[in-house]
Amino acid sequence: MSDTTAGKIRDFITGRFPTVRFTDEEDIFSLGFVNSLFAMELVMHIEKTFGATIPNDELQIDNFRSVTSMTGLVGRLSPAGVS
Amino acid sequence: MTLAQARTGQVADRDSARRFVDEYVLPRATEFDRAGRVPEDVLAELSRAGLWAPFLPAGLGGSDVDMLTLGRIHEEIGRGCSSVRSLLTVHTMVTWAVRRWGTETQRAYWLPRFASGAALGAFCLTEPGAGSDTARITTTARRAGDGWTLDGVKKWITCGQRADVFLVFAKTGQGIAAFLVPSDASGVEVRPITDVLGTRASMLAEVVLTGVETGPDALVGPDGFASGMVMSGTLDLGRFSVAAGSVGIVRACLDACVGYTSQRSVEGRPLRDFQLIKAKITNMVTDLQAGRLLYERAGRLKDEGDAATIMATWVAKYFASTAAARHAGEAVQIHGANGFGPGHPVERLFRDSKVMEIIEGSSEVQQVTIATQAYGEGVA
Repeated sequence: MSDTTAGKIRDFITGRFPTVRFTDEEDIFSLGFVNSLFAMELVMHIEKTFGATIPNDELQIDNFRSVTSMTGLVGRLSPAGVS
Repeated sequence: MTLAQARTGQVADRDSARRFVDEYVLPRATEFDRAGRVPEDVLAELSRAGLWAPFLPAGLGGSDVDMLTLGRIHEEIGRGCSSVRSLLTVHTMVTWAVRRWGTETQRAYWLPRFASGAALGAFCLTEPGAGSDTARITTTARRAGDGWTLDGVKKWITCGQRADVFLVFAKTGQGIAAFLVPSDASGVEVRPITDVLGTRASMLAEVVLTGVETGPDALVGPDGFASGMVMSGTLDLGRFSVAAGSVGIVRACLDACVGYTSQRSVEGRPLRDFQLIKAKITNMVTDLQAGRLLYERAGRLKDEGDAATIMATWVAKYFASTAAARHAGEAVQIHGANGFGPGHPVERLFRDSKVMEIIEGSSEVQQVTIATQAYGEGVA
């Protein structure tokens, strides 16, 4: 298990989809495995793991495209949580 | 449950829900079924008991119950009458959507009304040509000034005949978004659907939207990417409620069959002494407990904010709804012609249980979803 924000996000995705390979910068939506159910799981995971509620105006697809963009989102929600 | 809730007769846990069902729901469930509606005096009792949205904070009129407890309450309501539970399910879905995704203005206006039952909500997703395949809905929401204009037809809308506000899902061009549309808005026509197979008192309707104009405050949650989550999240909660309600059906089947087989005799022996009857009762007991464990696990995960609740809820709903249909069939079989006759509880349970395998994701959709996950990440 990783201790970094990016690592925790990556661990969650690879935990759900062990066979999918992607980099932190890669657009996960372009890989074809993300549906609305998984998007919701992703939101729930980020909110639970980092203890923040994602406001509606941050629920933009660009904030969830990659591990890096999600790390940036977490940083805006709880700057202390980013490492 | 607090002392204050006990004094006011509010329902906030399984025991108080059981008492409520035994007094107000179970004795009249056949009457609701025959009338094709839940009468206003019972809706008022649901309001008095705080059953419409007990998961809301006390400051908004709720009882602060967690999702685990909400499931247990819905199990008890489902034991008494699936039509009543269906009304609570869709109202819960609308209320949750506004609480989770609504603006401060929407929350301040609607949530106290939803908690008190002053306003009832209905969930409008399904259309004549789009059930499980939600991507095929054709209802549209077009920008009109700073608001929206909605056009389309929604079908099989639980509580549609009675709801004060609809949560309507429509295509915006960027995705599928949710809108709050009062039932008395200009351009809204409600066409009752009657004489259905099961949950006959759930006041189903077709809702026709013709040039319905809304203000900008009708949109619930963001348009675009996240709007799919509003729909998925709301359906998840509906699925959870149906799972719990289906366990309630199994419980009702068990209660009826234990009672009947203890009194009915064949060849001088009570039915309960026959081994084939014992096998059926055993299967009911086992599935009752298993179904309860599954939805309670999903409820606990919801309370923890754990994303695993999504799949746990799929599994719970699939198991509980299929178990309900199976055991309702067995319950009629055990009762013989008596269970086949009009007005017998197991006859209603048999019809109601079939609906559980269809709503909030058919059994087949659930099988595909659950199996897909198994292939994706391995069996849990």
